[in-house]
Amino acid sequence: MKQMTPAPPATPRERPADSGAVQVPDAPRRRRRRPIRRPNLLAGAGVFLWLLVVGIPVYALIIATFQRSSDYRAEGPLTPTGDPTLQNYVAAFENGLLGFVLNTLVVTAAVVALVVFFATTIGYAVIRSRTRWTSGIFRVFLFGLAIPAQAVVIPVYLIIRELGLYDSLTAIVLPTAAFALPVCVLILTGSMRDISEELYEAMALDGAGPVRTFLQLVVPLSRSGISTVGVYAALQAWNGFIFPFILTQSHDNRLITLGLFEFQGQYRVDIPGLLTAVLLSAIPIFIVYLVARRSLVNGLMGVGGK
Amino acid sequence: MSTTALSRVRSGAAPRTGRPGAVWALPGLLFFGIFAVLPMGLVAYLSLTSWGGLGAPRFIGMENWSRLAGDTVMHKAIVLSLVLTVANWAVQTPISLLLGVWAAGPQRNRAVLSAVFFTPLLLSSAAIAIIWKSLLDPNFGPLAQVGPWLGYPGADVLGDSTGAFAAIVFVSAWQFIPLHMLLYQGGARQIPESLYRAAEIDGAGRLRSFWHITLPQLRHTITTSSVLMVVGSLTYFETVLILTDGGPGTDTSIVPYLMYQVGFESWKTGYASAIAFTLVVVATAVSLIMVRLTGFGAMRSTKEGM
Repeated sequence: MKQMTPAPPATPRERPADSGAVQVPDAPRRRRRRPIRRPNLLAGAGVFLWLLVVGIPVYALIIATFQRSSDYRAEGPLTPTGDPTLQNYVAAFENGLLGFVLNTLVVTAAVVALVVFFATTIGYAVIRSRTRWTSGIFRVFLFGLAIPAQAVVIPVYLIIRELGLYDSLTAIVLPTAAFALPVCVLILTGSMRDISEELYEAMALDGAGPVRTFLQLVVPLSRSGISTVGVYAALQAWNGFIFPFILTQSHDNRLITLGLFEFQGQYRVDIPGLLTAVLLSAIPIFIVYLVARRSLVNGLMGVGGK
Repeated sequence: MSTTALSRVRSGAAPRTGRPGAVWALPGLLFFGIFAVLPMGLVAYLSLTSWGGLGAPRFIGMENWSRLAGDTVMHKAIVLSLVLTVANWAVQTPISLLLGVWAAGPQRNRAVLSAVFFTPLLLSSAAIAIIWKSLLDPNFGPLAQVGPWLGYPGADVLGDSTGAFAAIVFVSAWQFIPLHMLLYQGGARQIPESLYRAAEIDGAGRLRSFWHITLPQLRHTITTSSVLMVVGSLTYFETVLILTDGGPGTDTSIVPYLMYQVGFESWKTGYASAIAFTLVVVATAVSLIMVRLTGFGAMRSTKEGM
């Protein structure tokens, strides 16, 4: 073990060329072990196979959006067209895709606002409140983690109808936010727990009440947790299907996922047109991926990432 | 650790300024109660009623349940859901585990390829189902071109009951493997490097290191990932709706799809609630087991013990 310590931090799976060459004293021994350290061909082959599985559909998706419907039918999705066109993109906007996107943006913003507000206040109470209620409250959300949205959509439909909200964007916002809440409460209590006791004491010595402590200490120090929660909630809203599907009806209240579903029913033959809408629907998430990769990845994993 | 323990003792005696009351959690709790917990109870009640989606539910006792017990379509749906769950697990776990461990390596090419592998995460389930439906189209998809070549002219995968079921398993693997790969990548990066060094000194090869170090060290990740897969498979809905519409016939009508069809196409909402409640009980039980196994209930900080 002693001899090994000066070695650069490399995994044992690494190829000898990467680390062995620098290690003069170890070199002969490393050479003897060479059979173990050969490049992992099996893994390479498997990864290449998976690259095809992921890559071919993505490739087909992208090139199809530049194809004319007639070319697509004649040549199929795997041959890039010799005559690319932007007609599909124009058509997607003409078919009202922008309206769907705007609706989805409104719903997403509302869901994120509700979830961040509720999850931070609940998290703060759970972490700092001295009453015996708090562990019970936490337990409610732990239990809530287990409620599958798909399975309770019927009573949600009943509640929304009784509230007179059926077929409105609010109808989508409320249950979507509620079902995102348990994961978000768990993430936030986790990150709030890392705020040290001394900081709270300093705030208390300053004479800060709960509201000031919350705004000046808890919120700023749980920024990364809040952004994870925000991204998680936004993904739920942006990609959600079952609530918009069951709780809205009219064209004016279509969200993007449902718009795609509707397109799919209408334009059976115009596959490039449909796939263009699919590609456009992913662009906002792609932008989030580019600017906030860490939060997106954490948000995607939800509690699984903890 | 000891200083925080000390300060905790001290703050117990200090004036409690700055601590929030349980009231802070009240708005969130109320919101969550109405849109998530209440539906949970309501679905049980609705399963005892006759209700057509409009008007008021009428109490009819156990009628729905005795009918459900003898419903052959439901029996088939349960079997299909169970087979789907097992198939999804058996396909996704080994692939995502191997890919995740591979992606955890520090090599540059692995990071680049992993980024490619994550692309399905940017797409919603609806988008993914539409892409695959287009690619599996018997007339215009690549299969129509490759099919005759392989000796299957006019291969209609989705028109065949085994093919349609396999397509659902495949599409769900395509959609979810990246997510589970992320979980395993995170898990594998937590494994202390020294374990591999020690194994190397003992002369263990790549396979033995994987078997005796990587796998046992990943057991918590395997639990989390498996339960997410199981609950996800039990509540899988929109992919089935878009890809196969439960068909051919009822050959891919899994429980959530059947619930939707009975509830919102035949408008036997009371009866659909009985199906939904079955689903709630099973999925909740599985999730609660997950909470137990992964120890979220312990309310522990991620930094505790450091």
